[in-house]
Amino acid sequence: MKSLKLVATLDNLSNVLLFVDEQLEAADCGIRTQMSIDVAVEELYVNIARYAYTPEIGEAEILVDIKDDPKACEITFIDSGIPYNPLEKEDPDVNLPADERAIGGLGIFMVKKSMDEMRYEYKDGHNVLTIRKAF
Amino acid sequence: MLNINKNKDADKMTVALEGRLDTTTAPELEASLKEDIDGVAQLVIDIEKLEYISSAGLRVLLAAQKIMNKQGSMVVSHPNEVISEIFEVTGFCDILTIE
Repeated sequence: MKSLKLVATLDNLSNVLLFVDEQLEAADCGIRTQMSIDVAVEELYVNIARYAYTPEIGEAEILVDIKDDPKACEITFIDSGIPYNPLEKEDPDVNLPADERAIGGLGIFMVKKSMDEMRYEYKDGHNVLTIRKAF
Repeated sequence: MLNINKNKDADKMTVALEGRLDTTTAPELEASLKEDIDGVAQLVIDIEKLEYISSAGLRVLLAAQKIMNKQGSMVVSHPNEVISEIFEVTGFCDILTIE
C-alpha cells in the first residue's frame, strides 16, 4: 500500500492524480479503468480541498492499495475536517432537461456510478472514504 | 493541460478541445466561451482530442448548452469511449447533442 499526505489545496490536485496514476500504471489496469478512477479521485479530492476545512486549510491523506486476487484497487481518502458522508447525498435527477438541471451536484453521483464500491466511516475524528474498482 | 482552439465563421463557432477538462482547466474554457459566445447561433464543441472530463468540465458544457438553447444550437462531437461513458451515467447523453 502506498500513501501520500499533503495539504488539501486545489493546486495539489495534479500531484494527487500523478501519485494515483503512478500506482495504477504499475498495476497495468488499462487506460479506461485508469480514466474512470481518475475522475472519481478528482471529485473526492476536490470535495476535501473545497469543503473539509473551510475557511481554514488542512491535510488529506490518500492511500492506494492494489489487490491481486481478484485484481482491483482500493483508494482511501482521509481528512480531519468537518464530518461529511457523501453517500448520504441525494442523487441528482439525471433525466431532467438542460434548462432544469442544476449546474453541479454531479460529482459524487459520477463516483457512485463508476466505482464498484464506496464506503464511508467517521473514525477518531477523521473522514475515511474508500472507493473500490476491479480491473 | 487544455488547448482551446476557436474558429469563428459568421454565426458559427467551432471550439476544438485537446487535453483534459477538469477542475483546473474548466474555468479557462468557461472564460474563453464567455468571450465569444455572443451572437453565435451554431456552436460545435469538438472533443475528439479531449482525453478526460470531470464534473467541473460537465458543468461548463451544461452552462454552454443553456446559453445555446436560447440563441441557437450546440453539438458536441467525437467523444472518446471513456467520455461517452461519463456522458451516459450522468444523463448528459440526453441533454447534449452528441455526434
